[in-house]
Amino acid sequence: MSDLEDLYQEVILDHGRNPRNFRIIDGASADAEGLNPLCGDHYHVYLKLEGDRIADLSFQGAGCAISKASASLMTSALRGKTIAEAEDLFQRFHKMVVDGDRSQAENLGKLAVLKGVCDFPTRVKCASLVWHTLHSALQGEHKAVTTE
Amino acid sequence: MSESTVKARPATESPTPFDVEQVRREFPILTQKVHGKPLVYLDSGATSQKPQRVIDAVSRFYSHENANVHRGVYALAERATAEYERARARVARFLGAADPSEIVFVRGATEALNLVAQTHGRKYVGVGDEILVTAMEHHSNIVPWQMLAQEKGARLVVAPVDDTGVLSLEELERRIGPRTRIVAVTHVSNALGTVNPVRRVVEMAHARGAAVVVDGAQAVPHLPVNVSALGCDFYVFSGHKVFGPTGIGALYGKAARLDAMPPWQGGGDMILSVTFERTLYNRVPYKFEAGTPHAAGAVGLGVALEWFAGLDPAGLHAHEQDLLTYGTERLSSVPGLRLIGTAADKAPVFSFVLDGVHPHDVGTILDREGVAIRAGHHCAQPLMQRFGVPATVRASLALYNTRQEIDALVTALARVREMFR
Repeated sequence: MSDLEDLYQEVILDHGRNPRNFRIIDGASADAEGLNPLCGDHYHVYLKLEGDRIADLSFQGAGCAISKASASLMTSALRGKTIAEAEDLFQRFHKMVVDGDRSQAENLGKLAVLKGVCDFPTRVKCASLVWHTLHSALQGEHKAVTTE
Repeated sequence: MSESTVKARPATESPTPFDVEQVRREFPILTQKVHGKPLVYLDSGATSQKPQRVIDAVSRFYSHENANVHRGVYALAERATAEYERARARVARFLGAADPSEIVFVRGATEALNLVAQTHGRKYVGVGDEILVTAMEHHSNIVPWQMLAQEKGARLVVAPVDDTGVLSLEELERRIGPRTRIVAVTHVSNALGTVNPVRRVVEMAHARGAAVVVDGAQAVPHLPVNVSALGCDFYVFSGHKVFGPTGIGALYGKAARLDAMPPWQGGGDMILSVTFERTLYNRVPYKFEAGTPHAAGAVGLGVALEWFAGLDPAGLHAHEQDLLTYGTERLSSVPGLRLIGTAADKAPVFSFVLDGVHPHDVGTILDREGVAIRAGHHCAQPLMQRFGVPATVRASLALYNTRQEIDALVTALARVREMFR
């Protein structure tokens, strides 16, 4: 498999084309906006907390296949998780795509399909944008986050 | 300090016919491979590549001529100063300015636009006044005016473009009113390639007493520019987009305009004398060149412009128009591809979107095929909004590109379709 095919796996193309949880949550407990000024990716992440558990998580916006698939996979993976579990997954995901630590893929479930991103330094921000946006929503920072 | 006359090119010097292969040999970077494929560089709108002679000129300056300009009494300083001022004269000649003192060296077009906004603009724009821009401006020709308008309580007015990416002159004229102080317009659109009829815009603006600032960053690598014929008050460009080094560019201003403007940045070289009570400012253009300038860059730029201006202009134009026609044809045949910006008068720039594939993904796949393009909003977000797209793929060509490279782009686009089947 070429690195390009590793990047654009069927699962990613599918989530890019048919993103899951692509909606607004009415009465969300928190939300945040994420922007990549380089390419114009623009997402809004919504979440509903019950105690310290993420009861619902969704997103809206526009961007490339990588950023959209990442958002779709993230919102699917984190529903029902506690905030601490979500933070832990974020750390692992970050190690995988930013630091290129592919061994993290074993514990990341479906999120592992994004491991090919680490071979494309210019695309790492695409994969991590929504995670940073979620992080900002959880911190209750209402200003928009950017990848720059 | 400055050469007082602009020498015309001798009439006997007739250029050799334009030959793209000969031109390509001047650019060492073009022979390399990327991801195992020959580099197809289609991002000259972002920055052009550099001929060996420009690289050598910068290196030669540092190897043999380096000293601070306008300061030393020793031989080396004299030589460095002479080289720097020779570069200014070359820029003046290239733009058709009346005198080298009308050329201010800056970092690039962006800095030049900010300079004009912060000096001319601050002096002449007041509460309730208007600054007119077009819908196809680069952020560099929007934001400095927006900042000025906010500071002064003035209004930013926008002239629209039509569905083909053409500026409507009628709509523009309607927006020039008695309160219009400045009309800021791009000569060639960076995102669409549209060539604007700047001379007509100047006539319209001057008829109402407004000054005209022209962003020539994308025009100078493609069109012969003559500021005296255009009649504009200010013309700006970046050296790195016209085969020169990065970090150097020029502001042309009519002598009377520059004279009337207050200085911008304070510091060395822009002064005649300084006491703690009062500073006397230097004459133009030095009044606007505070601090040690990028002398090596200016020298490199001068060499780039001499080389470029020495090419056969008719042959060069024919080559670029052939690339435009051929590229338009080839790209139009790609399924699901929509060209954005189809003006009749265009530079060889292809902005497009591909059905169901985001430009950023297109960019990554093309890169793996050795094809370098730009994906994004091209620092023209209002224009992207006008066309209802968040971003486009932009292939921007220069004189060293070939039909074969357009073929390589089209082939690589087929690879995109394969991946995103």
